[in-house]
Amino acid sequence: MTVEFRGLRRAFGRTVALDGLDLTVQQGELMALLGPSGCGKTTALRCVAGFEHPDAGAVLVDGKDITRVPANRRDAGMVFQSYSLFPNLNARDNVAFGLQVRKVPTARRHARAAELLELVGLPAHAQRYPHELSGGQQQRVALARALALEPRVLLLDEPLSALDAKVRITLREEIRRLQLELGITTIFVTHDQEEALSVADRVAVLRAGRLEQCGPPAEVYDRPATPFVAEFVGTMNHVPGHLSGQEVTVLGRLMPVDGPLPSASDVDVLVRPEAVLVTPSSEGDATIVASSFRGSVARLRVRLGELEILSDVPGHDAVRLAPGTRVDVALVQRPVLVAARTAPTLPESSGPSAGPESSEATEDPAGVG
Amino acid sequence: MVAVAALPDVTPGGPAPAARPGQRRAWRGIVLVVAALYFVVPMAVSFWFTVYSEGQGFSLAAYGRILSAPGFLSSLLLSLGLAAATIVVVLLLTLPAMLAVRLGASRLGPVLELIATLPLVVPPIAYVVGISTALRGGIDALAATPLWATLIAVQDERFPIVLVLAYVVLTLPFAYRSLDAGLRAIDVRTLVEAARNLGASWPYVLFRVIIPNIRSAIASASFLTLALVLGEYTVAALLGYQTFPVWIVTISGNDGQLSVALSIISLLLIWLLLLTLSGAGRKRS
Repeated sequence: MTVEFRGLRRAFGRTVALDGLDLTVQQGELMALLGPSGCGKTTALRCVAGFEHPDAGAVLVDGKDITRVPANRRDAGMVFQSYSLFPNLNARDNVAFGLQVRKVPTARRHARAAELLELVGLPAHAQRYPHELSGGQQQRVALARALALEPRVLLLDEPLSALDAKVRITLREEIRRLQLELGITTIFVTHDQEEALSVADRVAVLRAGRLEQCGPPAEVYDRPATPFVAEFVGTMNHVPGHLSGQEVTVLGRLMPVDGPLPSASDVDVLVRPEAVLVTPSSEGDATIVASSFRGSVARLRVRLGELEILSDVPGHDAVRLAPGTRVDVALVQRPVLVAARTAPTLPESSGPSAGPESSEATEDPAGVG
Repeated sequence: MVAVAALPDVTPGGPAPAARPGQRRAWRGIVLVVAALYFVVPMAVSFWFTVYSEGQGFSLAAYGRILSAPGFLSSLLLSLGLAAATIVVVLLLTLPAMLAVRLGASRLGPVLELIATLPLVVPPIAYVVGISTALRGGIDALAATPLWATLIAVQDERFPIVLVLAYVVLTLPFAYRSLDAGLRAIDVRTLVEAARNLGASWPYVLFRVIIPNIRSAIASASFLTLALVLGEYTVAALLGYQTFPVWIVTISGNDGQLSVALSIISLLLIWLLLLTLSGAGRKRS
């Protein structure tokens, strides 16, 4: 079962949600659609479910064009972002809803519902009504309901975004376990890069209705195809550098350049915090401004002249690298991504999980280390 | 008072926090008593008026006279029939429109709300004058067309459809408000999409997903409509139909006791209907 988006376009008034999206999801694959809000990821998913009709282009399932098939005759189970269980039905009847629509006899319906509730870890909750279930339990029931008809495609529209952090992590792992067990082709829409990277076989990063990059999580993280992907997935330092041919001079060293070259020779070199090496040195020209300890790693905020750089060091080094320490800063020698020069100083971080953490470091210059 | 006295024992903490809920309870009691007096005294006095007269002393004869009074049953049945028809029409009119607004045309929401509220600001008397003028003018204008017969049929005295139409407009704001509250409490779009995703056809979505979840809102819309139709006098009287309220007024000219007895009976009747309807609305939730 493959799902293929072919030149999908959809505009809402003047906002273009999908601007010619081309993407193929392979049989049995979990594809995460990742991007900021308004990038078109949910619209793409809703086109597969049949709740949204593209202005142009087509959605193909197993090579068959389903763009005009009504939503109730598509073979795709969906789990919604907001709680979507039918309030008047208990968990069992919610799960069995699709079977009831198809007039499956009561006994078989109930047996199947019990089986599915067992599968999602709620065997004892069949008689509970939605308002008697926690958010995480409701989404589990919704998942069971979506799987009840044995659809060939599973669509997950930010199913975890309404849940609290801990439930989110257990449930996403469970979704992944189930997906692998059933081998069901799955499209998982999320704006949380960590979520996407941790569960998906491949991650498709969308921006303004177009595909920026699609690849396995490690590839998207390590070799972002564009500066946008680099910014959106994980945290990125912008370090000014000077371009000469295929190489760039940055922090006094020459590094090979990976990816597209901007036209100007003054560029920003994009560096992950874990690729910034910090060593204590009495003659060092950089100073640690703040440190926030996170167990396995500590994130340092290092001032180098006008520039501030984020660096992730192993947690046990945090003691040696307390705020105020003079240090040397170097970059791991490997091909780097460059982008046209933006604001020269502050490194930007983005992605929902990185954002608040780095601002926390700013507000707490004393740090933890 | 028992509750007030018992309170200090069950409430942990010093006497000051214990006194506060006690005081609050006392106030609640006072408000309740005042409200009860306001409603009960006129009713009790009315009841007394129907069963006691200086000449005859205590007698339930006024209630007996209701059944034998000419026109009682026919006017009551007419009003109930009109109410039932109005409920059906007003629900068929508002519910699909409100669902459509929520599912597709959210920009038309304010327009619908405005239209549904409009009948509240037009005084019924202006409204009825408008209707009768239109009816009279219509008969002249449509004399040569088949619509003329329709216009006549609409005014049939046995079941004046024109009253149903008028009542639909009058009850629109109330039906709209009740249904709106019910639809607000559920996430219509998500529920519809979830049901569609599971293979449900549109009628299935409407009858098995939406309606069961706004059951109590539908019940309260129906009740408000019923109460309004059973109490509506102006339009029916001025258009010359013998609905229940009109009949009560007609009969009260001759017999004071009888008319008050009727009011009490109709009040009890409406209460009974309310209890039935709200019971039906609560059954499954």
